[in-house]
Amino acid sequence: MGKIQLTKVRKSFGEVDVIPGIDLTIEDGEFVVFVGPSGCGKSTLLRLIAGLEDTTSGVIDIDGKDATNLPPAKRGLAMVFQSYALYPHMTVRKNIAFPLKMAGMDQAEQEKRVERAAKVLNLSNYLDRRPGQLSGGQRQRVAIGRAIVREPAAFLFDEPLSNLDAALRVGMRQEISELHQSLKTTMIYVTHDQVEAMTMADKIVVLNAGRIEQVGAPLELYNHPKNLFVAGFIGSPKMNFIEGAEAAKHSAHTIGIRPEHITVGDGPWEGVVGLSEHLGSDSFLKVAVDGIGTLTVRAPGEIHAHHGDRVRLAPAGKVHRFDANGLAI
Amino acid sequence: MARALSPRRKLISTLAAWTVALIIFFPVLWMILTSFKTEPSAVAMPPQLFTADWTLENYAEVWARSDYPRFFWNSVVISVGSTLLGLVIAIPAAWAMAFVPGKKTKDLLMWMLSTKMMPAVAVMIPLYLLFQRLGLIDTKFGLVIALMLMNLPIIIWMLYTYFKEIPGEILEASRMDGATLWGEIIYVLTPMALPGIASTMLLNIILAWNEAFWTIVLTTTKAAPLSAFIASFSAPQGLFYAKLSAASAMAILPILILGWFSQKQLVRGLTFGAVK
Amino acid sequence: MSTQSSRLAARAMVAPSVVLLLIWMIVPLAMTLYYSFRLYRLLSPDRTGWVGFNNYLWFINSPDFWLALFNTLALVGGVLIITVVLGILIALLIDQPVKGQGFLRILVIAPFFVMPPVAASIWENLFLHPQNGLFSAVARSFGAQPILFLENYPMLSVIGIVSWEWLPFATLILLTALQSLSSEQLEAAEMDGASAFSRFRYIILPHMTRAITVVILIQTIFLLGIFGEIFTTTQGGPGSASTTLPYMIFKQAIAAKDIGRAAAGGIIAVILANIVAYFLMRGLGRNLEN
Repeated sequence: MGKIQLTKVRKSFGEVDVIPGIDLTIEDGEFVVFVGPSGCGKSTLLRLIAGLEDTTSGVIDIDGKDATNLPPAKRGLAMVFQSYALYPHMTVRKNIAFPLKMAGMDQAEQEKRVERAAKVLNLSNYLDRRPGQLSGGQRQRVAIGRAIVREPAAFLFDEPLSNLDAALRVGMRQEISELHQSLKTTMIYVTHDQVEAMTMADKIVVLNAGRIEQVGAPLELYNHPKNLFVAGFIGSPKMNFIEGAEAAKHSAHTIGIRPEHITVGDGPWEGVVGLSEHLGSDSFLKVAVDGIGTLTVRAPGEIHAHHGDRVRLAPAGKVHRFDANGLAI
Repeated sequence: MARALSPRRKLISTLAAWTVALIIFFPVLWMILTSFKTEPSAVAMPPQLFTADWTLENYAEVWARSDYPRFFWNSVVISVGSTLLGLVIAIPAAWAMAFVPGKKTKDLLMWMLSTKMMPAVAVMIPLYLLFQRLGLIDTKFGLVIALMLMNLPIIIWMLYTYFKEIPGEILEASRMDGATLWGEIIYVLTPMALPGIASTMLLNIILAWNEAFWTIVLTTTKAAPLSAFIASFSAPQGLFYAKLSAASAMAILPILILGWFSQKQLVRGLTFGAVK
Repeated sequence: MSTQSSRLAARAMVAPSVVLLLIWMIVPLAMTLYYSFRLYRLLSPDRTGWVGFNNYLWFINSPDFWLALFNTLALVGGVLIITVVLGILIALLIDQPVKGQGFLRILVIAPFFVMPPVAASIWENLFLHPQNGLFSAVARSFGAQPILFLENYPMLSVIGIVSWEWLPFATLILLTALQSLSSEQLEAAEMDGASAFSRFRYIILPHMTRAITVVILIQTIFLLGIFGEIFTTTQGGPGSASTTLPYMIFKQAIAAKDIGRAAAGGIIAVILANIVAYFLMRGLGRNLEN
């Protein structure tokens, strides 16, 4: 169905290797998220899979067939773009039906599929409107509708939620997850937001400078990051890194402790609170610890520590150890 | 950037703006007024406005003395024909330059535009001889080709700036949706760029209608458009001001009216993508 | 957006335009180049042959040449200055919330729709004519002698007529640019204590740079070849006072029937156009970047 296999896929623009060579297998029905900082090559990788860019070398297999040189339309994939890329001059109905029309499907079947997709996506009342008359969330649904009517082998999402406001983003995130559960179709989702990656993915692919840093299930990446980059990228707020004497105590070059794995009250470290944010459910502190540097602390509930207070901290939880090359020990 | 003004300021601005606009328009207005005067009234000193003898005689005489409908029809065929042909050739080119830009795209556009810098007079003789050899002298087809080539760079440039405004993701989406290259151009690009294509068309019809060098050099009688018609009037009849004015009005009114009606689209087109 | 196949398709789609324009440019240019080295007079058709650079030498040494060159540049420069400066002023005026803005625009745009021979003949006969023109009537009503525009100030008259034809174009582009300026920017500048002049100098003018560039570019293209207006009004005279390079070529070809010399003039005009284009691109190309 929707198994996608990349073998030594390379992409260069002129002299610049954007993607020096990637091997990756995406199993049928998996929800895979490509995540990484901007410019890491995640969108380029998605576009290579879509066929919107040529691969410089390497092989892309879709469903066991070599698709490296197939045009986008022949790959059986559907894509949801960051800007939604709806056709502004067509009604919602025509937008959703467009891929079916291009495939030469007969009118009745088109109609049936559009109705069905509209029902799933709560768009039935908007079918005769134009994209310009819809809200951001509705446009997003139309874009998804246009993708699902084709019953593709896999869906490709290119940062689909980045144009929505925060509240809507959470809602759409859940809708896409539910859609995946009901369709059970392979989905590849590109984002720079590690929260989206953590919440939606079966498998996360962390990319940096065109290379895969680590592939794994969300909690695997959280608990066992392979290197400093993944450790720093996954988790919010960011993991604290400590070098020098404190690290040497753990016989490592660098140690990492997540903010949620530090307790306030008693402990070996003492420092002055610089910034404190109180959200009610959590409290975030930035503490300048003597001899170590600034640590970020996330404590559950309310903590009465404010700017200028002296507090004591203790590590409580896993301490990640890294060698001089930044690799986990 | 329109902002609220005090009533006094507004009155002064309004008066000033109207004065300037009327000064700019005045020559056209005066020509139209003159075309309705009798010949003696047209040249009377001091100039007559309220005391003039008004008449439709000039129009009747110009109509009777020349084959106006034929000139008019030639103008229509030549300006519309050259514009449509130009669009057919330019749309794919502009698509390519806007959506698959290369390092040389900007240079290519500039080169195309620079072909218009060649003074027409400089290549008049060879082109005349060429057209003569090809049997295109005094044919509407010949003029359609000549004016199409003359305006092609402008058409391409205008379309290019419109196409640039269309997000590339939409075209990619259509490609993912299975549209072929032609499907993409016909179902997605062209409908989205329709306002831009319309203003490009209008501006080029006007440019072609008003072209008065090649239309005169390359025609004698059969294919001569209104620019040639008016040239023939101004030369020998010299001092018949009222008739000259009537003939002038007949030559420019069709395009003036078209231009006024389509003012909005035209202004958009005129900016050549200078204003985002 | 750029796969191998789409790049190939793109090339195929640009090709017809490029080929057509190449032919449209190269063939006449090559023929002109050929004639420019030939003896080719319509009045003595039996005398032919190669003459080397004689045609060019004659053209450059002709007393009219430098005047024609100057007139050509004066025409382009003069019209550009007048239309851009007046265009900015009129745009600023019309952009204010005045009554009947839509109709004002209709009045201002009108000259653009008037074909050059008509524009020239309106001005020549109805306005500038020493006996029957409106200007002479005005002069007489003040007891002054009518000014002989086309006799005494032929080049200025031509510049005036051409400026009138192109003023709407400049005004409308500049006006559209002006209207796209957000009023918040101006209000911010006002809060920062900028005077009306400073606001124009530091906010409005920079905002219009791109529009001004396009006005200059497009107008230059059309102005370099101006011919009909001169042909209709001054015929290049009196003497050669209003002869431009295109008109000088025309005189050689049509009046003197010397195709060789006219062709040499044509090549010189093409070179001049290229020089102007080069400096234009170097000076202004930057402004066209997004």
